[in-house]
Amino acid sequence: MFAFPLLSIVTFAPLVGALIILLFVRGDDADAQKNVRWGALFATTGTFLLSLIIWGRFEYGTAELQMVEEVDWIGTGIDYRMGIDGISLPLVLLTTFLMPLCILASWEAIKVRVKEYMIAFLLMETLMIGVFCAQDLLLFYLFFEAGLIPMFLIIGIWGGGRRIYASFKFFLYTLLGSVLMLLAILWIYFDAGTTSIPALTAQAIDPDKAIPANIQGWLWLAFFASFAVKMPMWPVHTWLPDAHVEAPTAGSVILAGVLLKMGGYGFIRFSLPMFPIASMDFAPLVFGLSVVAVIYTSLVALVQEDMKKLIAYSSVAHMGFVTIGLFTFNVQGIEGAMFVMLAHGLISGALFLCVGVVYDRLHTREIARYGGLVERMPRYAFIFMLMTMASVGLPGTAGFVGEFLSIVGAFEANTWVALLMTTGVILGAAYALLLYRRVVFGKLEKEDLKAMTDLSPREILIFAPIAVAVIWLGVYPSSFLDIMEPSITYLVEHHNAAIALDAAMQPAGAETLGAAKH
Amino acid sequence: MHDFAIALPEIFLAVAAMALLMIGVFQKPGSDMGLVSWLGILSLAVALVLVVTGEGDSVSFAGLFVVDPFARFAKVLILIGSAAAIVLSQGFVRREGMNRFEYPVLILIATLGMLMMVSANDLVSLYMGIELQSLPLYVLAAFKRDSTRTTEAGLKYFVLGALSSGMLLYGCSMIYGFTGSTTFGDIASVMQGQEKAGIGLIIGIVFLSAGLAFKVSAVPFHMWTPDVYEGAPSPVTAFFATAPKVAALALFMRAMLEPFGGMEADWRQIIWLISMLSMLLGAFAAIGQNNIKRLMAYSSIGHVGYALVGLTAATSEGVRGVLVYLTIYLVMNVGTFACILAMRRGDRMVESIDDLRGLAKTHKGMAMALAIFMFSLAGVPPLAGFFGKFYVFMAAINAGLYYLAVIGVLASVVGAFYYLRIIKIMYFDEPTEPLSKPIGMELGALMAITAFLTAAFFVVPGILVDGAAVAAGSLFP
Repeated sequence: MFAFPLLSIVTFAPLVGALIILLFVRGDDADAQKNVRWGALFATTGTFLLSLIIWGRFEYGTAELQMVEEVDWIGTGIDYRMGIDGISLPLVLLTTFLMPLCILASWEAIKVRVKEYMIAFLLMETLMIGVFCAQDLLLFYLFFEAGLIPMFLIIGIWGGGRRIYASFKFFLYTLLGSVLMLLAILWIYFDAGTTSIPALTAQAIDPDKAIPANIQGWLWLAFFASFAVKMPMWPVHTWLPDAHVEAPTAGSVILAGVLLKMGGYGFIRFSLPMFPIASMDFAPLVFGLSVVAVIYTSLVALVQEDMKKLIAYSSVAHMGFVTIGLFTFNVQGIEGAMFVMLAHGLISGALFLCVGVVYDRLHTREIARYGGLVERMPRYAFIFMLMTMASVGLPGTAGFVGEFLSIVGAFEANTWVALLMTTGVILGAAYALLLYRRVVFGKLEKEDLKAMTDLSPREILIFAPIAVAVIWLGVYPSSFLDIMEPSITYLVEHHNAAIALDAAMQPAGAETLGAAKH
Repeated sequence: MHDFAIALPEIFLAVAAMALLMIGVFQKPGSDMGLVSWLGILSLAVALVLVVTGEGDSVSFAGLFVVDPFARFAKVLILIGSAAAIVLSQGFVRREGMNRFEYPVLILIATLGMLMMVSANDLVSLYMGIELQSLPLYVLAAFKRDSTRTTEAGLKYFVLGALSSGMLLYGCSMIYGFTGSTTFGDIASVMQGQEKAGIGLIIGIVFLSAGLAFKVSAVPFHMWTPDVYEGAPSPVTAFFATAPKVAALALFMRAMLEPFGGMEADWRQIIWLISMLSMLLGAFAAIGQNNIKRLMAYSSIGHVGYALVGLTAATSEGVRGVLVYLTIYLVMNVGTFACILAMRRGDRMVESIDDLRGLAKTHKGMAMALAIFMFSLAGVPPLAGFFGKFYVFMAAINAGLYYLAVIGVLASVVGAFYYLRIIKIMYFDEPTEPLSKPIGMELGALMAITAFLTAAFFVVPGILVDGAAVAAGSLFP
């Protein structure tokens, strides 16, 4: 039977766009640049519309994989498998939603090598969607790792002053994390004879095939090395501020909006269901690191002088909420983590765009150089206010729902963790409001600020969809929670079943040992 | 009765080399080598057809010579590599005063030696193959007679090569002394059923593998590589980095797995160590290099280390991994050297990495091709280089070689740094003094083909991997 390969079409549509631009747009004059920009916008918007079809066809209320595609690829258990469930669909939508906005945000800011820039972004989009749709470990790894190439080029070619340092740090840090994951993937393939994600997930609750607990620990650590760097978790987060500060605005949006979510997605897709026992054993470690991340990086964010760096540290803190939520192993916590990821993708993306707006005008990100912008830029001040409030977690915005759910989940798992997390919320409010006050409020005294213009129609066009989405997610979160719910409920049940299985096998193992002694 | 038919490609190549020599001699003195070169490529192509059309698994010449899928696989790679090397040389030899007809003839003879190497089924034919390959290579390394740099490289290569041949012969004599035979099959049957190899035989194996490690330039016998790579004329370096590497590694695998297949516990630790050291040295020593040929020399040391991971596994899967690795490595290297050979300003070849500054702005296509090769050499998916590493590490994990695998992937991260540096120089830096254009049709075509193969390999990896699996199976009856 031949099914319409919708997922592959959405995944590779941007790549086709990139190839068309590569092959058919000649020259580097103003006309060619215009064509490239429109072509990229067209490709990303088209992909977004296609992804809405996925949403339309998505069947609610089931945890099963949907729109599954399977084609022989490498053979002997490694195949081209695509499919989505309630965990991947929101992230796919987030990616396709942000991409046209990124292209728009680069419309005027990127003036050199426009063609290469747009190709890199389109390539990036294919790889990001691929990561969330892949249902084969090796295919996932391919998408996951290949993303390093375009991002390395984006930071390195179009970045700021220390772009070379930042791009190398980004590339090598992430590569170091993921090569260990590759070895773990090879071990799993050797053990199970397949790299199909659903098959491997099912194995964890199969008494004959479940991976022994001690080996699970090693595999979990190998995957953790990769996802923790990508996430990024404290103390391997140091590449992120550098990469963010140096990347062009749209690069920062993609980094914060989507790339960071790959780490969290990896935990949900692999660590929790495939290594349930190890996940439980290592949960205290994750809690510890996450709590440190939430509090420490919030404090660090308080003293930043660079706007982008501040937002970058706030990202690390928010990702701390995600990891805590994931490892509570209850529905609220995991839903909260997913929702934080979605909300953070929109909000931090928008915050980076806000920085980009003033950076395009004044070419500095130093907080002290600004002040009193509200007098000249009321519309900007409004958008910035909305996003700051969302980042703080004001009820009615997207930021609130995720934080609330993950704290609820954490309370069920560990009260102390929840308590420490809440201090992070307070610190988060402190640094976000401080940033807003220093940039937007106060007296407009600096001469060069007086010439600043308010948001242009293009910029309003970028911010409006995000603002709508942030409010929508805040007021009517069920529209996305309903997508996730069945998959996450299944995940939690699966986890409990695996733990129960392990517990059932333990005494049996002890008895046989005892019997052997006698 | 000897079955000459199975050695048809070799016999044809020998005759062709002699015929070309005659053609060259009877040409007018000082005439162009173009005719002989293209005839040489044609002969390699004919030999390739003869290799591919051969079938089955047979031994002849009193057990000296074997043809099996493994040999055929390696021979195909060697012939393609040699032909590519002749194509690559065309522009260079004319510009640099090396335009003599002996050049392609020497490559042909060396290729003949390599074909003998991969078909060697006996310590004697093994040695003969190696020498037949090495002697033309020594001459080629010093082919630009009036340059001190290349003559120095040739001499160094010769002296150290002779030393390694000596060690190899000593190892062979020990093995003969302790097993009573030089044929691989007989050695294997003598060893069958024995619990452990005697100390004399172990010494023999150690010397044999030391000699072979020299030929593949694995640490700690790698010292000649950077100097020879840097000193030899660039197209000769391109040749060194491709076909002879394949031949030597194929020979290495056969010489370890056929006679000593049952006793890998005794020799595995040797290969383990040289593999690990090669990966580490290749990664760390290349960081400080500024000459791109020298950098490629260290890179090749590292890549031999990765390939040897597959041999350390000593399984059919491992051999498959090595063969896949070699194929991909050959393609990437041909492409990279095509780029290196295109680096010139006017009539002057340049070799410093800094000369690539801003290449992405001046030569878009070449920069993109070289970037693909660099990412691929670094092992970043989805490029071909990743799959090479994937299959050898898969074999290593299945054989339980966890430490080696972990060290290997960590070394690949270190190694990624210097490949990235080249990309950084091409893409992130501003051009200073641009390289000359045009780069030449044959170089451009080779770059395009190899870059396409490297980038698109992931779509249908099965073709190569299945072929390699069949080839690997023939070493494990």
